[in-house]
Amino acid sequence: MNKEKVLNFELNCPIPINQYERVLLAHGGGGKLTNQLIEKMFFQTFDNELLRKEHDGAVINIGDKKIAFSTDSFVVNPIFFPGGDIGDLAVNGTVNDIVCCGAKPLYISLAFIIEEGLLMEELWRVVQSINKAAEKAGVKIVTGDTKVVDKGKGDKIYINTTGIGEVYPGVNISPANCMAGDVIIINGKIADHGIAIISKREGLAFETEIKSDTAALNKMMEDVYKNSKEVHVVRDPTRGGLASSLNEISKSANLGITLFEEDLPVSEDVKGACELLGFDPLYVANEGKMLVFVPENEAEKVLEIMKSNEYGKESTIIGKVTKNDPGIVKLKTTIGSTRIVDMISGEQLPRIC
Amino acid sequence: MKYIEEYRDKQLVYNLVNQIKKEVTRSWTIMEICGGQTHSIMKYNLQDLLPEEINLVHGPGCPVCVTPLELIDQALTIASKENVIFTSFGDMLRVPGSSNDLLSIKAKGADIRILYSPIDALKIAKENPEKRVVFFSVGFETTAPAVALALKNAKKQELNNFSVLIAHVLVPPAMETILSSEQNQIQGFLAAGHVCTIMGYHEYWPISEKYKIPIVITGFEPVDILLGLLKVVKLLEGKKNIVENAYGRIVAEKGNESAQKLLREVFEVTDRKWRGIGTIPKSGYRLRKEYEQFNAESIFNIGEIKVEESDLCIAGEVLQGIKKPNNCSVFGTLCNPENPIGAPMVSSEGACSAYYKYKRLVNV
Repeated sequence: MNKEKVLNFELNCPIPINQYERVLLAHGGGGKLTNQLIEKMFFQTFDNELLRKEHDGAVINIGDKKIAFSTDSFVVNPIFFPGGDIGDLAVNGTVNDIVCCGAKPLYISLAFIIEEGLLMEELWRVVQSINKAAEKAGVKIVTGDTKVVDKGKGDKIYINTTGIGEVYPGVNISPANCMAGDVIIINGKIADHGIAIISKREGLAFETEIKSDTAALNKMMEDVYKNSKEVHVVRDPTRGGLASSLNEISKSANLGITLFEEDLPVSEDVKGACELLGFDPLYVANEGKMLVFVPENEAEKVLEIMKSNEYGKESTIIGKVTKNDPGIVKLKTTIGSTRIVDMISGEQLPRIC
Repeated sequence: MKYIEEYRDKQLVYNLVNQIKKEVTRSWTIMEICGGQTHSIMKYNLQDLLPEEINLVHGPGCPVCVTPLELIDQALTIASKENVIFTSFGDMLRVPGSSNDLLSIKAKGADIRILYSPIDALKIAKENPEKRVVFFSVGFETTAPAVALALKNAKKQELNNFSVLIAHVLVPPAMETILSSEQNQIQGFLAAGHVCTIMGYHEYWPISEKYKIPIVITGFEPVDILLGLLKVVKLLEGKKNIVENAYGRIVAEKGNESAQKLLREVFEVTDRKWRGIGTIPKSGYRLRKEYEQFNAESIFNIGEIKVEESDLCIAGEVLQGIKKPNNCSVFGTLCNPENPIGAPMVSSEGACSAYYKYKRLVNV
């Protein structure tokens, strides 16, 4: 066994320090180690009813209003990539997290941690991009913060955004609402973001046309929320990809999920890149996708609404929720066999958002 | 995707499965050599489609799994040194050494980078003349030519801050070791298609004759694997101990001769220790003396490293097809991808990781 992993000192720390003396990159990869950190260290320490809902954000009652509240930090490398940059990613990411709470995103905070030496022109490009993304999503940036750290103590620029929004009347989104018989809709092709990022990384760079799918999906989901009160769960499958989000939901809801490989939308370019790199697109990040769980009899209506939006044209049903195998995600393969889709344990790509 | 999806075709799969069912009259134990094949078998759950007479056991073809602990510890020691940029394939980073893995060393500040090609390590060496750049070179005959090319270029460019830690192993001697074992149960082989792409398959004829066993060169997609199985079942049922090629779209009998020439130029065959199996004569590569200047083992002069393997891990038996991953007492409990005890639980080609990822609940 790993000596470093069986150190004898005891701290009253619920994360098994005997397993990991130090934080690894994989602790931020969105897979099992991230989950372990959240479950065992953060949830146990900060335990409260709202946090326990394991949602993309919290829904808080203030007066007679239901407010959604969510935060996200962005450390992507490189900061400019095909299809977007760290600026629009930071806006879209938080907007989408608010949307996953069944709310209309309204206000966003913006905090920069900038590494000394960043080109002013690059900062300007990021700021312009943030502004454009906020305008497009219809959210206002209303507060912020700026810190600069020594050269070498950061990587160009990190951004944190926090958003608040108002929950649509009659809408109640939570993994706990997931029901056997629900179908799972996604608004288009998966894995574009992760592959676009890796195509620009040192040591892994390759020529490709693949662009990040980064987009704010609040307009598309507003139409859904206003026309259907039967949406059970909404989740944006970012870090850790489709597989991680679906595993989280199946575990929270204690229900099974079956995916149909034939119905999974993946572009030919992404398929090729994944074959080349040995990745499974199910684990690759998205930044402009929504998983929408609705009862089967509501699916057609919701699909049509999603398809009428610019970001939902390719919406399609990819799977269903089952009573069998609670907590397990399965895949019906193209050849007709069935296998498990586990949560990723480490990470396929470092720092993708 | 063209040239991939055809080999994942549902109808073809069913036709092949039905043909195998027609041919088979008794039970056969067949080993797929390569970890890539093992993962494909698990990913598509092929065993469930096959008649129960076909018992697939998984071979030693996971380079990360068979890299000896001593060498991983050497890698960890080198990677921890000042002014070293340590590079390797991604799989190697999470393999447990005696006390650590490369990712934990990275968390402590070591400069460790994942590469897809050893040629990229040369680029890093050129860009960082003040650093020593080491490539941890693992793999079978398949990955060795790219390393040989990198070394040849390094020599041409007189790069003196680049070196390689060599852990290259060869498939045919491992097959012979498995077949010579008293515990051997293997009756037919699916040979590793990509290894044969480089080396051809003339090397397998003497093995097939000596051990009276059919060997079929096989690819990696479900249709490829089933075609390989159909051929090997036909040979077994017909008592024909010969070599056949079921991966003709890629593999030629003589292989890639220019790659082989490059290999001979840079490497020579040597005895190698295999993790879990032991030392196999003439089963690996070492650098020829013309390339000794790039040998990280002598440059960093780590000296002898004493190691102790976990006595819980049955990787050796798994790699020789004697046991399956789920026969292990710690499979999925003490040993899992977050806390691997043995290398086959880590590598994307390891049989234990394939069982864990795609199949563990079927067996619990």
